[in-house]
Amino acid sequence: MNKDIGPIETKSFTFAESSHGFKLESGRTLGPITLAYETYGRLNEDKSNAILVMHAFSGNAHVAGPVIGDQDPAWWDFMVGPGKALDTAKYFIICINVIGGCKGSTGPSSINPKTGKPYGTDFPIITIEDMVRTQKVLIDHLGIKKLHGVVGGSMGGMLALQWVACYPDSVECVIPIAATLKHSPQQIAFNEVGRQAIMADSLWSNGNYYGGDSPEKGLAVARMVGHITYMSNDSMEEKFSRRLTDDHTGFKFSADFEVEGYLQYRGQTFVKRFDANTYLYITKAMDYFDLSDGQWIPAGGLPGVRFLVIAFKSDWLYPSVQSQEMVRQLQMRQIDATYCEIDAGYGHDSFLIESEAEKQSHLIKHFLAKRK
Amino acid sequence: MKLTIERLDHQVICEIVGTGSKVLDLGCGNGDLLHLLAERRGAKAQGVELNNDAIHACVEKGLSVFHSDIDSGLPHYPDQSFDYVILNQSLQEAKKVETVISEALRVGKKVIIGFPNFAHFEARIRMFFCGRAPIVSSLPYEWYSTPNLRFLSIKDFKSFCAIKGYKILVSHFLDSQGPVRVLPNLFAQNAIFVITK
Repeated sequence: MNKDIGPIETKSFTFAESSHGFKLESGRTLGPITLAYETYGRLNEDKSNAILVMHAFSGNAHVAGPVIGDQDPAWWDFMVGPGKALDTAKYFIICINVIGGCKGSTGPSSINPKTGKPYGTDFPIITIEDMVRTQKVLIDHLGIKKLHGVVGGSMGGMLALQWVACYPDSVECVIPIAATLKHSPQQIAFNEVGRQAIMADSLWSNGNYYGGDSPEKGLAVARMVGHITYMSNDSMEEKFSRRLTDDHTGFKFSADFEVEGYLQYRGQTFVKRFDANTYLYITKAMDYFDLSDGQWIPAGGLPGVRFLVIAFKSDWLYPSVQSQEMVRQLQMRQIDATYCEIDAGYGHDSFLIESEAEKQSHLIKHFLAKRK
Repeated sequence: MKLTIERLDHQVICEIVGTGSKVLDLGCGNGDLLHLLAERRGAKAQGVELNNDAIHACVEKGLSVFHSDIDSGLPHYPDQSFDYVILNQSLQEAKKVETVISEALRVGKKVIIGFPNFAHFEARIRMFFCGRAPIVSSLPYEWYSTPNLRFLSIKDFKSFCAIKGYKILVSHFLDSQGPVRVLPNLFAQNAIFVITK
């Protein structure tokens, strides 16, 4: 079978165009709202084969397929396609850039219709719930009453949980990967370091930098910190050890070690494709997210909903105890849940690494295919 | 096809478990027993398993499974939330046997326990005449590579139940051919008990 998926256009959908706008969890309104999204495969006649794949913090709607136009490289190409775990021959796959993002959906870099200028920090604070409730508008627009699955890693996993919390009757399979019911102080702390790095850059200018130089140095440092937390000590040892760069001179503050050069490179490439204000808004949304009290689970449980919770052994940013806590909350309420900690070595990013994907793919493929 | 002892114990357990029961299998391995119970008995089946590959095999069979060891895998299950909790060929690998059984009896109305009988005559012969730790078909491991931490006989288990005040509702004794009716502590390779508080 041809495992390649053809080129996929990024589409957009705009709503909340009336003066009322869309009411956010904070009480503020936002509108109009545009969502950038991509779809793969074909929606079947009774619209029962749709799976919503949700991206992580810095992801976008381009989950699979070759790059066309100004798309970023696909972030889960090995998972989505004909015959793959998220089989486009069987399922209709949807991926939507979240609001607050900078990849086609309305965010702080979008034009504020009231001023004709980019929102900057006038953009309202958004939450994971706001992201989900806006996604629901698009899913309704596509005529889908029930999603066969909601799947995502890291923030995508939080979105999957929020989906079932908001719309328990509209979801069948929930697959949070390397996710949590709430950020720990350690996770909030790393995000805060990133935010402070951005805001400490004088070019940030209280978020009103559009049209001029953007706070690239601050954003690059934020990404470097983030990137360290996505890897494991073992994977860094394997990839860099204490090897020196080719042009190291020694006794200077230039990048002597390969790991320094690598982080700088990752920081510099990130600033070309990501907006500093989006970094602030989305990390804040993740920090606010908290479903840990289980109050979102209806008194009668969640009949007809199944969970597959996946964690990675080497993930110290979203450690497996957080996934286990998630499953405990479900099993306490007698909700159908499967949990697996995959023995993968690449830390938090393991779910994005193709060489680690075999077990993750196998679990997801069979879990989705289970007959009722 | 000749049925192996494992299949025999699965059959026995399958006959014990009522149709549509809610079942938790502690140490469910690759899910063969749970799959059988789901298919034949329409059981609502869940497992707890530590081995990664075994979990994948369970998911492949459409089973719900929780990745954990059985010593720490129970506290979050509500009281009496299962009709049966099964400990088949897994009890002898538990570190905290008393806790595992009392937890199983808390979350399950009945507990099915299957284990190899250490006092089987073949084991006794190897012990008595050869002076060697037993290696028999139901206990096939060398002393240095066995996963078994506990070595118990049918009599040992009965006495344990008496001490703890657990009621034995049903008992089955098997060798490789089928049921053993005479002197089970001597002739049975495997025992299956159904107990309750």
